Amino acid sequence: MDKEKYAKIEQSITPTTPILKNVFRAFITGGTICLIAQFIAVFYMTFFNFTERTASNPTVATMIFISMLLTGFGLYKKIGQFGGAGGAVPITGFGNAVISAAIEHKTEGYVLGVGGNMFKLAGSVILFGVFSAFLVALVKTILVKLGVATW
Amino acid sequence: MVKKGLLTFPSLPSIVATGVTAGPLEKKSPFHSHFDKIYDDESCDAKTNEHGHAKLMEDACMIALSKLGKVPSDADFFLVGDLVNQMTPSNFTATSIGIPYIGVFAACATSVSSMLLAALLTESGMSQLTIAGSASQHNAIERQFRYPIEYGAQKGETAQWTATAAGIAAITPHRNGVPSIVCGTFGKAVDMGMTDPLNMGAAMAPAAADTLKRHLEGHNKQVSDYDCIMTGDLGKNGFAIFIKLVQNQGITNIDNFSDAGMEFYGKNPDFMAGASGAGCSAAVYLSEVYAKLLSKEYKKVLLIATGALLSPMSFQQGDTIPSIAHAIELTMK
Repeated sequence: MDKEKYAKIEQSITPTTPILKNVFRAFITGGTICLIAQFIAVFYMTFFNFTERTASNPTVATMIFISMLLTGFGLYKKIGQFGGAGGAVPITGFGNAVISAAIEHKTEGYVLGVGGNMFKLAGSVILFGVFSAFLVALVKTILVKLGVATW
Repeated sequence: MVKKGLLTFPSLPSIVATGVTAGPLEKKSPFHSHFDKIYDDESCDAKTNEHGHAKLMEDACMIALSKLGKVPSDADFFLVGDLVNQMTPSNFTATSIGIPYIGVFAACATSVSSMLLAALLTESGMSQLTIAGSASQHNAIERQFRYPIEYGAQKGETAQWTATAAGIAAITPHRNGVPSIVCGTFGKAVDMGMTDPLNMGAAMAPAAADTLKRHLEGHNKQVSDYDCIMTGDLGKNGFAIFIKLVQNQGITNIDNFSDAGMEFYGKNPDFMAGASGAGCSAAVYLSEVYAKLLSKEYKKVLLIATGALLSPMSFQQGDTIPSIAHAIELTMK
């Protein structure tokens, strides 16, 4: 039997990814996480001396802290299994990627284990995040210099 | 007679005792009443998952030996394997148990390949008692092949759950009143171009179908000769594909077919397509199937353990997943 013939048999039996269901679940999960973060931001603006712009830093830190607790108690993977990208894309997903790797590699010691591995999943997010931020800033700087846009 | 991977054992080496251990989640398995020992802790109270993995295997060996009233120094060979890098759990078990040791790797098909090699040693007269089998521990294997345990990645319904289990067989020259090894077939590595490590059943199904065909033709057997034909860890999806391939070979009666991985957690959707891992097929074959042979509910069974021969690096480099299936035929007279 050749590979193409097998691929046809395989595709006819393997269930297709339920895209609509996954998209809906991701929307609900990601939306809920962002709604909670919005409440926290409003909390910081109401009870502390933060503006809408400066409240994002403590909000992000709080969300990562919550994500850390959920990961440690084994709950975040359940959110991820239900919500897919809805659990992975917000900052809590980034926190989960870092913390789960840190927990996983604790047995190999703090330097080579935790230190060397905690960014093994999140490292590419940081690399390409910083790189795309650099590119965007470069484009904007050029546009500002040309007088097309303003800061 | 040995040709093209076909093995026959005229002296009928016997599986005189088995030892099966499993983790806490495996209490959900419909087979759990046949397991000899179930731990309350996923890593068997060891300091790392890998040590827990070794303990799982070592305890299964000691249970099998103790059922015979034997100690490790009575055994001639120790043929085991697992899925961790360089098979350290098996190596550590071999260190503590002290039986002359050959590590065996056939991914999740190690359960059967180790028993076939044990039967060969016994048939040749070199062994009076060989300990063979395989094990897997969920946490140790998942981190080896996939993401950290607590990482929230979504797994689709074709993904499988690595079982925490060990299955060990004690194999001796023929004895009456226990199941015997009649013949077997070593599989060929088959690669049908599958690349998804979260759908390994689809990669392994062609290997299982190929080995089944070669076993039936080579040993001149019919599907209806067996009370049970059980594949290793194809899972729900892989098993459905396997059945399709078998039907394409012209075999229509598939009532006696089943899959250890698909049945391991009782088709519970929390475990997606079912169990996988080197301990999955070993545990089912050497508990449930062995018990049914002992009670003569089964007279003749064909066990086809399946293994996906990938590494985390090979699939990241875009390679396809070669697979293998080894078959062993057991009988009870």
